[in-house]
Amino acid sequence: MVPINMENIDTDQIIPARFLKSTIREGFGENLFRDWRFTETGEMREEFPLNNPLYKGKILVAGKNFGCGSSREHAAWALADYGFEVVISSFFADIFKGNALNNGLLPIQVSEDFLQTLFSLIDQNPETLLEADLETQTVKIEKLGLTEKFEIDPYKKTCLLNGYDDIDFILAQTSQIATYESGRNYSY
Amino acid sequence: MAKTLFDKIWDAHVVSQKSGFPDVLYIDTHFIHEVTSPQAFEGLRKRNIPVFRPGQTKATADHNVPTINQHLPIKENLSRLQVEMLTKNCTEFGIDLYGLGHPFQGIVHVIGPELGLTLPGMTIVCGDSHTSTHGAFGCIAFGIGTSEVEEVLATQCLLQQKPPCMKIEVNGKLQKGVLSKDIILHIISKIGSAGGTGYFVEYAGDTIKNLSMEARMTICNMSIEMGARGGLIAPDETTITYIKDREFTPTGNKWTQLLDHINSLQSDNDAHYDKVLQFNAEDIAPMITYGTNPGMGTAISESIPDFSGIPEKEHYSFQKSLNYMGLEAGKSLSGKSIDYVFIGSCTNSRIEDLRLVAEFVKGKTKSEHVTAWIVPGSKQVMEQAIAEGLDSILASAGFELREPGCSACLAMNEDKIPPGKYCVSTSNRNFEGRQGPNSRTFLASPLTAAAAAISGKIVDVREFID
Ligand code: SF4
Repeated sequence: MVPINMENIDTDQIIPARFLKSTIREGFGENLFRDWRFTETGEMREEFPLNNPLYKGKILVAGKNFGCGSSREHAAWALADYGFEVVISSFFADIFKGNALNNGLLPIQVSEDFLQTLFSLIDQNPETLLEADLETQTVKIEKLGLTEKFEIDPYKKTCLLNGYDDIDFILAQTSQIATYESGRNYSY
Repeated sequence: MAKTLFDKIWDAHVVSQKSGFPDVLYIDTHFIHEVTSPQAFEGLRKRNIPVFRPGQTKATADHNVPTINQHLPIKENLSRLQVEMLTKNCTEFGIDLYGLGHPFQGIVHVIGPELGLTLPGMTIVCGDSHTSTHGAFGCIAFGIGTSEVEEVLATQCLLQQKPPCMKIEVNGKLQKGVLSKDIILHIISKIGSAGGTGYFVEYAGDTIKNLSMEARMTICNMSIEMGARGGLIAPDETTITYIKDREFTPTGNKWTQLLDHINSLQSDNDAHYDKVLQFNAEDIAPMITYGTNPGMGTAISESIPDFSGIPEKEHYSFQKSLNYMGLEAGKSLSGKSIDYVFIGSCTNSRIEDLRLVAEFVKGKTKSEHVTAWIVPGSKQVMEQAIAEGLDSILASAGFELREPGCSACLAMNEDKIPPGKYCVSTSNRNFEGRQGPNSRTFLASPLTAAAAAISGKIVDVREFID
């Protein structure tokens, strides 16, 4: 796990605007948390958790209201491109949550208590292992017998597990869309 | 059953509902810009499908564009490529583009309303969180990610879970010098930058009713800064007067039908809201932010909170924020020297904002050490400002009127606040580095920003008004 014990981490920190000029989805991981990872002159900021070799793994643990601010999906792309598969927080901003789910990055919302426990466990032992299971919707630390359930939109869960596609799903209903368009009270 | 305005618009746009699935929601108008659309078009190419209803998507170039010499090719390579890519995509997929040089060009949330593309009762989306702005017209308007942009291009619909609805009522008379920007900064400072997360907000109350359309847009614009998906205000005479006779506003029969439709766009009296908050206009003073999220705001006449007012587990984030800003807990911001003033962004770059600023600075001169930029929200706003002679008033006061775009709101172009410098900005976000790496942002109203430019420091604008 990689802990960033800060609240309100906004998408401008996850991927600063000046790196949004690419027209493809790949390669954003390089600039993930750019200004927290590196100084203006490009030197590594040792104190930032992503630069700490003790913290490893595919799970990012962050303070409440993670992903607030801009709707840039580049934030989810950057996290996934960097290698994260799961983000744990006690609260996610809506648009970020949707973007993450649309990119196979699992946002897991846990209670504030559980989150604080995680932070202190990682503090005591940076190599603490946590297991996240989408099927049973649980996160657990086996060794300590610590478990917590999490919620996920059932549709999104199916998508993540079975690889559904929103566009295919809606395109299968084009005749309904046409009926809707011609039948409504007021159209623009 | 009694319905809120939000329920009414939502329900009228549901194409299909299936248990266990989100609603298929029909989208009337889709706006796109150069930054969040290229990967969506790429997706369509991969699927080998066209844009489903190309006439319902409108494009503009705003985030990345320079604000001087817009007639010349964009110097910065990547920015130019991104803008060129938008042109290419719009041509290939048959979408109207109001790009650089076009008389309709401007910030996407400024041009939609001013062109009559934003109308009451619509569903509107855009790959941009401040799409909430359009809610001022009584629409359901919200920001989406690029995968969803692709979804709307491909189907004119979105799979969406219906969010709960919150009502925020503001009643009473505003004090002199207090603008709608202060109302929304006040609300966010009270409920926090996550206080609205998950909700759609309806703003109501007589204070809101008495606001102009421009002022209402400023409020709805910043709904996202409290975490809400969007914000909306029931349409009324003010709305109708604003939309009438605009470029794309329907005429003739269609207009009469629209007026009829607008009549139905009100929340029922006994409609149920999942949450209700109330504010008093008299309690609102000119506001300023001191931290690195929009919830960290205070009345200029008061001090930055001290640690006693902050929950213990937030102390670290709070201190980190103040360190970044170079400020101290418990101190007053009044008198703090500043370096830049930025009047612009989809929050406050409309003609009314420019008029207010021009009226305020007329006959005054900006402080010598301050750089003051005014970036109009659109070509039309710019032309209007020139037609009204605001440009010369602003120029004599030492303000630089630039060409339209997002500019220093997110500093994707050259308009950056240098590291460590302080900027009083009428934009909507004070995140670390938002206006340029290590820049420091104070969010405020256009009047407060203008007063700061004149004084060279943060002042309570009420000192200028008697
Ligand atoms: S002005 Fe700022 S907030 Fe508005 S659309 Fe542009 S970048 Fe986004």
